[in-house]
Amino acid sequence: MSNNVTLPEQQGPEAGTAATREPLLAVENMKMHFPIYGGFPIKRKVGAVRAVDGVDFQVFPGESLGLVGESGCGKSTTGRMVTRLLEPTAGKITYSGRDITHAKRRELAPIRSEIQMIFQDPYSSLNPRQTVGTIIKSPMEINGINPPGGREKKVRELLELVGLNPEHYNRFPHEFSGGQRQRIGVARALALEPKLIVADEPVSALDVSIQAQVVNLLQKVQDELGIAFLFIAHDLAIVRHFSHRVAVMYLGKIVEVADRESLYTRPRHPYTHALLSAVPEVDLDTEHKERIRLAGDVPSPISPPSGCRFRTRCWKAQDKCATDEPPLVQISGNKEGHLTACHFPEAPSIEARVEDVVMDPALAALEKDHTEG
Amino acid sequence: MSTLTKTEDTPAATAPEAFLSVRDLRVRFSTEDGIVKAVDGLSFDVERGKTLGIVGESGSGKSVTNLTVLGLHNRKTTDIQGEIILDGQELNSAPEREMEKLRGNKAAMIFQDPLTALSPYYTVGRQLSEPFMKHRGASKKEARDRAIEMLTKVGIPQPQTRFDDYPHQFSGGMRQRAMIAMALMCDPELLIADEPTTALDVTVQAQILDLLKDLQQEFGSAIIFITHDLGVIANMADDLLVMYAGRAVERGTVREVLQTPSHPYTWGLLSSMPRLTGDIDEELVPIPGSPPSLLNPPSGCPFNPRCAYSGHVADSLCTTERPPLAPGRAAACHLTAGQKQTIFVNEIKPRLG
Repeated sequence: MSNNVTLPEQQGPEAGTAATREPLLAVENMKMHFPIYGGFPIKRKVGAVRAVDGVDFQVFPGESLGLVGESGCGKSTTGRMVTRLLEPTAGKITYSGRDITHAKRRELAPIRSEIQMIFQDPYSSLNPRQTVGTIIKSPMEINGINPPGGREKKVRELLELVGLNPEHYNRFPHEFSGGQRQRIGVARALALEPKLIVADEPVSALDVSIQAQVVNLLQKVQDELGIAFLFIAHDLAIVRHFSHRVAVMYLGKIVEVADRESLYTRPRHPYTHALLSAVPEVDLDTEHKERIRLAGDVPSPISPPSGCRFRTRCWKAQDKCATDEPPLVQISGNKEGHLTACHFPEAPSIEARVEDVVMDPALAALEKDHTEG
Repeated sequence: MSTLTKTEDTPAATAPEAFLSVRDLRVRFSTEDGIVKAVDGLSFDVERGKTLGIVGESGSGKSVTNLTVLGLHNRKTTDIQGEIILDGQELNSAPEREMEKLRGNKAAMIFQDPLTALSPYYTVGRQLSEPFMKHRGASKKEARDRAIEMLTKVGIPQPQTRFDDYPHQFSGGMRQRAMIAMALMCDPELLIADEPTTALDVTVQAQILDLLKDLQQEFGSAIIFITHDLGVIANMADDLLVMYAGRAVERGTVREVLQTPSHPYTWGLLSSMPRLTGDIDEELVPIPGSPPSLLNPPSGCPFNPRCAYSGHVADSLCTTERPPLAPGRAAACHLTAGQKQTIFVNEIKPRLG
């Protein structure tokens, strides 16, 4: 397959410090196809939802990799495969040199404590019948870990670390607000001193003023404890704030991956351009920013477009895009580690264009009326 | 240019000028735990063809206010006081039959979640036609033509065949487009959009927002745009109202409020938001604590338990006296104009980059 190009080894959060380091997590051509059954009287497999269809990425120790994309692009499925809550259909996941793609429960046990997860919804991810103490303590019990001073002491330390009152040890989740619950989720993830945390939309269920509290907490945890993060989110501004490197997903594939600076200021893939230009900004004088309006929604992952998956919504698509799938490679002029999967990449700039790209027919019609009338 | 200034100076004389004018609105719900003061003394105006943005966190009373404008609360369990004047007609005391004539006709609403707001039992076309047939006395054929025209306008491909589809056959963005088409069926003069893009992806959100803006230019409706996203507001609104705990805490044109905010809550909102262009190393400054319970709101200024600047106000005025919201461009805060200016220039502005 053409998309088997893996990331160069030497890229890390800050190339200098991370050079020559082994990746903590390496994913190669990972796929997840959920089968669809149909037919009567005997149900057979009639198709598959190709949720993740061949992704490659690496996470280095202490690094934060952001994964952005719209709903249905497979970013959560990717996170679940990395934590091995799902078993990939194909591909390979290597965690500190060990292949865990099809590892059995028993083989996974020691690794599970090193890869933890923070979930999106702080309301459904905490057991309402357990106290906060029990919730945070249970990972230690399951893994038979006895920290010095006892588990309860450790729990109190963790509560303090995430900014909660250690005296709340015996309270139940319903006594906390959304932001505080998410802190409990963070404390639980930290209980086993993991090396990698998969954070699946950790702040999107929270109010704006609370989001910043949790983002700051995660940042503090990352800086002080040196934990690597796979940070999954749809909010580009938050991902930018949190991640050293960012990967953009579209319909089960990574279309562009780069260090933060390159991705946000010198994007090459048209989809990255479209995403960045669609983010509404508080800054009122955004005349200098390019304006791209795509048409319609993301196509179905059951029968994704041939070739480049973005071609059905892309303004640069040509015949080649339908036949050849673009490989994820470094385009000339890009920084090391900046990989793009596109045959006809855009100029590396987010400055306004001479003419806006408006693909939506209704919008184009209305705007034509306005300029003429 | 802002009606807010014009009408509020002499409310009695010029009030009819605003298309919608809400005066001292109070909405209370009785619950088992006590009385929830969801909206507590809110006044605002909306001019024809203009967009008023209302921002606030969940539970700040933005949606309740707008459901009240359309009379969508159960009058038996809700205590509503104050005046709602739409184009000279008082709505709060209007009988249900009057409200029925108004809803979907003169005033329409776009809801947040199009999947729950559309009925799964009827085709999209039928749901679009219904208000047109009811309010305009149109025949089925006329309503169908109108619905197809509107579906085309909002950018639904193959509207003739899509007319007979059910909502579940539409994608999220298309459902929201269908909702907009439904709201526009009878050329409403007031459109209330309650978080219309919160459930959508960012590229689809950009399409829908631009569509709403262009349609507003064409139809000239007044829009009340409710959202928690300041970025969306900056793109959409002319005037802005910031709500906190059922009250308006700051008001002005979008430019005034976003560029020279003068309420500590607005400062907090702006500095807790990461931006695409901001300094990455600059840490976000969250608002401490969480929003208050409306069962038992704090005395004085409702923001005082979370406010970093209440120490600047003498005599602990913040905890004893509720700061009034002056007419026009104003913020409900006890800090003096000079103090606000100093704090904003020295502490807040550098953070915003």
